[in-house]
Amino acid sequence: MRVLMFGWEFPPHISGGLGTACYGMTRALAQHGTEIVFVIPHMSGSGRGSHVRLVAANREPDGTAEAPGTASDVTTLLRHIELREIDSILAPYLSAPEYRRVLEVIESRVRRRAAASVLTARTDYGRNLMAEVARYSEAAERLALTERFDVIHVHDWMTFAAGIRAKRVSGRPLVVHVHALEYDRSGEKPNKDVFALEKLGLEAADRIIAVSHYTRSILIERYEVPPEKVSVVHNAVSRRKAGTVYHVARPRGEKVVLFLGRVTFQKGPDYFVEAAARVIEKIPSVTFVMAGVGDMLPRMIERVGQLRLGRNFHFTGFLRGEEVERMYAESDLYVMPSVSEPFGISPLEAMLYDVPVIISRHAGVAEVLTHALKVDFWDVTELANKILAVLTYPALSRELLRNGRRELQAIRWDVAADHIQAVYQQVCP
Amino acid sequence: MPSICFYFQVHQPFRLRNYTYFDIGHSHDYEDETANREILNKVATKCYLPANRVLLGLLREHKGAFQISYSISGVALDQFERYNPAVLDSFRRLADTGCVEFLDETYYHSLSFLYSRPEFREQVRHHRDRIKTLFGQTPTAFRNTELIYSNELAREVEDLGYTTILAEGADRVLGWRSPNFVYQPAGCLKLRLLLKNYRLSDDIAFRFSNREWPEYPLTADKFAKWVHQINAAGEVVNLFMDFETFGEHQWQETGIFEFLKMIPGTILAHPDFGFLTPSEAAAHYTPVAQVDVPQYVSWADVERDLTAWIGNDMQDDAIRSVYDLEKAVRARNDPELLHAWRQLQTSDHFYYMCTKWFADGDVHKYFNPYASPYDAYINYMNVLTDFGQRLAAGGEQRPPPVSTRKTKSAKPRNPVTPTRRAAAAKQMSNVKQSPKVGRGRPRPAAR
Repeated sequence: MRVLMFGWEFPPHISGGLGTACYGMTRALAQHGTEIVFVIPHMSGSGRGSHVRLVAANREPDGTAEAPGTASDVTTLLRHIELREIDSILAPYLSAPEYRRVLEVIESRVRRRAAASVLTARTDYGRNLMAEVARYSEAAERLALTERFDVIHVHDWMTFAAGIRAKRVSGRPLVVHVHALEYDRSGEKPNKDVFALEKLGLEAADRIIAVSHYTRSILIERYEVPPEKVSVVHNAVSRRKAGTVYHVARPRGEKVVLFLGRVTFQKGPDYFVEAAARVIEKIPSVTFVMAGVGDMLPRMIERVGQLRLGRNFHFTGFLRGEEVERMYAESDLYVMPSVSEPFGISPLEAMLYDVPVIISRHAGVAEVLTHALKVDFWDVTELANKILAVLTYPALSRELLRNGRRELQAIRWDVAADHIQAVYQQVCP
Repeated sequence: MPSICFYFQVHQPFRLRNYTYFDIGHSHDYEDETANREILNKVATKCYLPANRVLLGLLREHKGAFQISYSISGVALDQFERYNPAVLDSFRRLADTGCVEFLDETYYHSLSFLYSRPEFREQVRHHRDRIKTLFGQTPTAFRNTELIYSNELAREVEDLGYTTILAEGADRVLGWRSPNFVYQPAGCLKLRLLLKNYRLSDDIAFRFSNREWPEYPLTADKFAKWVHQINAAGEVVNLFMDFETFGEHQWQETGIFEFLKMIPGTILAHPDFGFLTPSEAAAHYTPVAQVDVPQYVSWADVERDLTAWIGNDMQDDAIRSVYDLEKAVRARNDPELLHAWRQLQTSDHFYYMCTKWFADGDVHKYFNPYASPYDAYINYMNVLTDFGQRLAAGGEQRPPPVSTRKTKSAKPRNPVTPTRRAAAAKQMSNVKQSPKVGRGRPRPAAR
């Protein structure tokens, strides 16, 4: 089986859950013998030259967060995965306004360079996010004409158009993998263009993979997808080599509660802040860390000021690689109060660092995790109650971790890869 | 002549209400009154009242040839009295037939034997008094909470004057031996031991309506045939089960009541067989051997040990924390506080914290008012923290109990460490540091 996969990110540059999932999944698929042509957008910086850059996939992952365990792992990976990069500034989670800002930065850079070399200042990138998505899909179509593959597999809406066009020119079946929907990102006020493109991709798909039953039900209810078309394949977490887990000695007594993720509506950062206020009323020495960036960050900082919690709060900005590991290792509790979370891998990562977790009941990961505390994200009092309990009753963390470790053993990418391969079999028997 | 000995366990815990960290110091109301009333009335309608009606009819019909026994926890009796006195009346009518024996247990359905011997004795005495008042009998047979049993318990129970004790006929207790005889507990002289025949008991209690079971459907004839097969190979068949088997665990639609109605007649159809109550059976047969049980056994789960209630970190922490308060509670000498403390000892609270999901998870979930064992622990610890603060607050008015309690209680596992006390004290000080608790700063409870 040879798969043309339009995915996101490749080590060492992984910025969030979507890249982490793509990587964990492709690695496990490769280990199970599936060949993958892995296509990702990659900004060349110049905007000139060929749209498709063929890269021999010999770039060795550099040992950060998602590094594979052994040398033979890497070999397997490289034998089965061929990386193709399409010159594009698409990135996971990019919103239309963010796209415009990125484009402006690039164009000013190109202008400066052009001024120096007396060339015309222009880039080939789309004028807006939707135009860039369309441009990416054209490049994808050209690429599909030159590649040999049995099935097309795409991940989230920005790659849906690419998948549709690749399917049209190749006649191969299309598997659409849903990690997040516009409904998750924007709630009741979806972006019409994005929603429409999502619907197109879901309709064109021969088979849909949802990362949770939660997401499957949204697909059925909000996107009117026929239930029999959707399979659920839960995400997993990549284990690190024994001994590579970060441990830090931290001063006792000072407890750290962590939020790590995009600071956006979907992730519920506002509930984290409100719960923190209630916790600090009872235990004034607790430190709350909000790690990540996003459109709600300024509002969160403002709110923390308003509540006079500045002394108790740290905003770290965007963390990468080792910083993320260190942050987990320094925390006593991880909180994910998501409003709508199709899956949510980060609690599993926190558990790998022996950090107990509180997760939203509205998260796909809650379907696979028994040994976590669960809350309704809007119930700030209950969230605060559970944070206080973890900080006050030490037996709670001990018990959560003891059982959680055992539970994590079963949440593996090779299990997910089995299910994905079964879906491939269904569409190309 | 072999006998059948029926014992039915009747128990309903006082469930705790949703009690958050923010209630600590503000509210001393712990019970989920609504849920307790609703559950009690539901079970009364489905089980207690109809099952007692059937049994009363059978006892009258068989005129002394059919006999049964009950153990009713004190907290269940309290709830009957409060929410549904008709249930209490139905038990009184059964008592009036003279064919029903009532057993003793700890009033609060507690694990007190494992943590405090004086507390255990008081709860047993309290239960004995209540049974005497309600049913006019002074119990001579004893069963400990969830059939938890050991040599040590047997000796204690003999000291308290009982003639008979009940336990689980676990394989590791009996080995190759049959549960269908009367035994003598190791180290006891007069006390007799009756062991549950768990195969025949569980055929009714757990498998009766299981369509996957090869023996389904279980008829009274089939069951009587199995019982009759022990003739000459045994003297007493001890059928011990939760009373809720009839109509609640096995719904009326399964035909469980029809089965129950047929049982005495079909068993008595064999002229060699009869029914006895536990104390009668113990007096009637000579013990065939001693049974040595140095480690605790119970009737819970496949393990038949204590791990349904103690064994994980949360359970151990919670139960040690509640017994750590014993001295402070007694020092207050306040019946209301004593009662509140004892209600927090009911074994169900710890059962809800059990994390053995994988083997026996279904049963635990079915009886669990909490979404998870973690929620159960959090809720319990919040309540206990408030209770501890009430004791400490009251203690300020009197000479405070300073020394760490050391009772002569038998420790089943690790010894009680004083660290919990330190942790509780630390936590209280945290609350007091809080600048915003003005309204609810812990204050002496109203007396």
